[in-house]
Formats: sequence, structure tokens, C-alpha cells
Amino acid sequence: MSNQIKVFRQASPQANIFNLPVTELREMAKKLRRHIITMTATAGSGHPGGSLSAADIVTALYFKIMRHNPQNEQWANRDRFILSKGHAAPILYAALAESGYFPVEELTTLRKLDSRLQGHTDRNLTPGVEMSTGSLGMGLSFGVGVALAGRLDHRDYCTYVLLSDGECEEGQIWEAALSAAQFKLDNLVVIVDCNKMQLSGWTQDIMNLEPLGQKWQAFGWYDIDIDGHDFSQILAALQEARKIRAKPIVIIARTIKGKGVSFMENNVKFHGKTPTTEEAKRALRELE
Amino acid sequence: MVEISTRETYGKILVELGKENKDIVVLDADLSPSTMTHFFGQEFPHRFFNCGLEEQNMIGVAAGLAASGKTVFASTFAVFASCRCFDQLRVCLSQTGLNVKIVATHAGITVGEDGISHQAIEDLALYCSLPGFTVIVPADAIEAAEAVKVAANTYGPFYIRLSRPKTPLVYSEDYRFTLGKAVTVRQGGDAAVIAVGIMVAKALEAADVLAKQGIDCRVINMHTLKPLDEEAIGRVASEVGAIVVAEEHLAHGGLGSRVAQVVTRMKPVPMSFINLKDRYALSGKAEELLQRCGLTAKDIAEAVKSVVGKK
Repeated sequence: MSNQIKVFRQASPQANIFNLPVTELREMAKKLRRHIITMTATAGSGHPGGSLSAADIVTALYFKIMRHNPQNEQWANRDRFILSKGHAAPILYAALAESGYFPVEELTTLRKLDSRLQGHTDRNLTPGVEMSTGSLGMGLSFGVGVALAGRLDHRDYCTYVLLSDGECEEGQIWEAALSAAQFKLDNLVVIVDCNKMQLSGWTQDIMNLEPLGQKWQAFGWYDIDIDGHDFSQILAALQEARKIRAKPIVIIARTIKGKGVSFMENNVKFHGKTPTTEEAKRALRELE
Repeated sequence: MVEISTRETYGKILVELGKENKDIVVLDADLSPSTMTHFFGQEFPHRFFNCGLEEQNMIGVAAGLAASGKTVFASTFAVFASCRCFDQLRVCLSQTGLNVKIVATHAGITVGEDGISHQAIEDLALYCSLPGFTVIVPADAIEAAEAVKVAANTYGPFYIRLSRPKTPLVYSEDYRFTLGKAVTVRQGGDAAVIAVGIMVAKALEAADVLAKQGIDCRVINMHTLKPLDEEAIGRVASEVGAIVVAEEHLAHGGLGSRVAQVVTRMKPVPMSFINLKDRYALSGKAEELLQRCGLTAKDIAEAVKSVVGKK
């Protein structure tokens, strides 16, 4: 079995080039949220609500926690980020652009014909995108494979997979959860962007997932429950995650759908609908 | 006649390939003693992952390993490797083009007694519909091993369909497989049978019978369904003017549909189709089922006579 393989934890061959202090992370998250508003309003379609809820988590990963280098996109030792909730592509594109994987100006081509920024992520088109997603429930299985490969190759990278809570309704998530525990993948960290809403309403009314942390725990995972908009909690959880051995780690991040824009928060309308020009102006003012 | 199953040579060649290429990893969905990947698992336990009864997960795991530089073989029964995880095949492998080889065993009705739930007879239609996939159905155990070798050394997603029972050898040991190039396994000028998998041997049997009746029947092994050797099909249509397509698969979306599209475009000639039509089979012994479902040498010979009569 795979767990017989000795895992060599190597010293990082390259310092993390993104290591913003918390005050700057907050500013960066705001900037990414502004991109989300502009991108989706320009596109006229897309999923702003679940992109805004994930903004702080993605900011913490790309600008503090993850080891990655836009100048060396295929760096074998890079930490991997897999956006399993592929409809939140705008937040990933915003983070990638601000990291330098492609020009920020390209963000407004989202969803347009011939754009590299597809409606849902595509690993063959967009620099920095690890996996094509969009059909929910698949990203974690991919992450299990990436984490297994890391162990086989004695690489010390970490694989981060961002799920949505609604996505946990997909049976495949629990197949993947079982296998990650079976293979003792402590180089795999799942963050559930638990914004409590899905397309047609509150998740607890549609298909209740709670107690979500206990479910993961019962599947053999180490679970951490945090406020997904509090950087001190996000960073502490992501740092704690790297210290756990012999188990995969799940961070249940309690978030607010549409976070950062008053009239979009907890408003299911903005799951798959974009702000009008007028609404976008108001949103951008709030995010200044 | 020597008979050997395609899955057996698959299991053995995988071990040889594993010795040469340390980046080969193998996944199975708890069927390794049947798919024969257990040989690899015994030899290379670190590179073998039993994914349990999680076919959907297995495809995603395979994609993740492939994206990290591995050449991944993933095996289970054909019915689960196609119907059970189709969306995963579509998003994780077809859309991405990642280097994963799905080698599925126990395909078709010849799985036998297990019945409808285990008889993969729509898998070729499903896999051929996926952009970027290479789809292969070996005619015998020798071709199976050759095809697996080629797949291991050719980047991209593959589907290789293997059978459960021991089947007659069509080729000798010196046979070399060329991807996407149809093989004329018997010459003939009056008609041609284009076949795949176990139906190649049946077509050869039919050609022997037809020869005694004065009909000179060519037999083509169209081992690669995708990309299809269109040039060979056009040539056959022009040269013999009557074609029968034989496959252990439903009528729609398999080899018959694909060959008919090419014949229609390049050189319309009378055609007939030996397949499972539009219905499921039943439990029974493999040979009994082939007889009941009209997949025998006799059925092929009758079909050839009918198309020759329409020339």
C-alpha cells in the first residue's frame, strides 16, 4: 500500500514569493472582490455570490500560504490549488491575474468568445489553472491523485481543494473522502466554502449537510471549523493543517454568500446572476 | 486451437511495462483478480491503488496522477468503466486530454451468466462520443498486449475493451499493432466483413464457410474504432462493393454507425450489420448468448450473402 512509502519532507527550494501581511491580505481580498464584480457584470453571466464568499480563503492561499511562482507555472514542487467549485472561476482568475499568471486586463474577457477565461475553469486554456472543473464533485478526486503523485515522487507540495458546501451533496465527494483517508493523505487539505446557500435557496432546506464537520471526521478526516472571512482564523487553520500527520485535513470555512457587498450578501439571487451596471457601481463603491 | 483471454495478456504485459517505466501507475476498482491488474499490484505495490468500489472517484484520481506526470492505467469491468463514470470521463479525461488508459475487461455479452447489469454493450458508443479518446478493441490476446504497449507509449486518453472468456488467437506472436490502421486478416474480392474484438475470429470462420460456397470474403480487423481508418474503409467499399460490419455491441453508436458514416460519404455500397440491435441480452453461457443474439459465424455468412445479392 501507498502508506508504506516513506515521505521525505524537503526544505522549500524556493522562498514563497507571496507573503503579504494580514493588512495587505485584506486589501488584496477587496481588490479581488472588485474584479469579481467587474468581470461578472461585464460578462453578463456567471456566479458572483460563491466567488465573493471564497475571496478571503483564496487570497490567503495565493498571497500567503501557497508556494507558487507565476514565472514557473509548471514548477514540480509548487503547491496545488484545485477549484472544485468551478463556477467560482472569477475568484480564481482574479487571484491568478493579480499573482501575475496573466494580465489583469484580460479579466474582463471572462466568458467571451475565444477568451482564455472560460465560464468554468479549463486547465488547458488558463495559465495557473490546475484542473478543468464545473461539473460539481470532481475536484477532490483529482486532488487525491495529485496528492498520491506527490507522495510517490517524494515531493513535499501540498494540494488544496476548494469545495462548496452544496457540492458536498454529490456522492463522489464522499467516495473521494473515503479514499483520501484510506491513503492517509496528510498532504491534502480541503477547504469547504460553507456559504450555506445553493442555487435555489438555503442548503439546510434543500439537502441538509450538517453536522458537516462531524461527517468529514467520521470519514477519517481531521476537521477544523473557522470563520472563513477572518484572516487570523484562516491562516491559523491553514498552518495547523500542515502539521497534521497521517490524515487528510478539512477546513469548514463558515462564509457568507456574496460577502463584501451589502445587497448581495445572503441573497440567493446572486448565485448565478450578475449585478446590473447600476448594481455593479454600488458594489464597487462598497468595496473601495 | 489456442485460446487465451485478452485480459490475461493485459495483466502480464502491464508488469513488463511497469518494469520499463517507473511512471506507470495502476488503479483498479476492487476487481483486480478479474481484470488481472493484480499481477502489477503484486510486483509494484507502491504504484498500485485499489480505489474500492468508487469508479467515479477512480477516474478523478487517475486524472490527478496523470496531471502530475504519471502514465495511468485504470481498470474495472467495461460496464462500470463506461456507464458508471461517464461525466467523469468527459470532464476529467476527454476535456483535458490527460494521459489515462482505461482498460476495461468483461465487455459485451460474453461476460455471460452475470446478465444485463454486467454486459457492457453500449460502451463503444459512449467512448467514441468523447472527443480526444482513442478507442481500441483487440481481436485476440496477442493484439491486446500489443495495443496496451502502444497505449503506454502514446500520450492521451485511451479506452481499450477486453473480454472475459478465452478466445481464439487470430494473430501469431510476431504481429505488430499499428494504431489507427485497419488490418486485412483475410483477402477477398466479393464482399468484406469489417469486425472488431471477438467478431474478427467469427468473421474468419464465416469467410471459410463462404469460400466453400464460392463467395470470396475479405475480413478486416478494425481494431481502432477511433480514430477510424477512413481510408481503409473507402478502399474496401470501392474494391469489394458490399460490406458487413460485425460487433458485440448495440446497433447504435458503435462500429456499425461509424463505418456507415464513412461509407455513405466516400463510396455508398450495400451494407448489413451484425450486432445486438436495440435490446439487452440475458444470462447464459457466452456461446449460447452469441447464438441467441445472432452473433455467430453463420449469422455473418448470411449477412454477407444478402449484401452480395444487392450489389
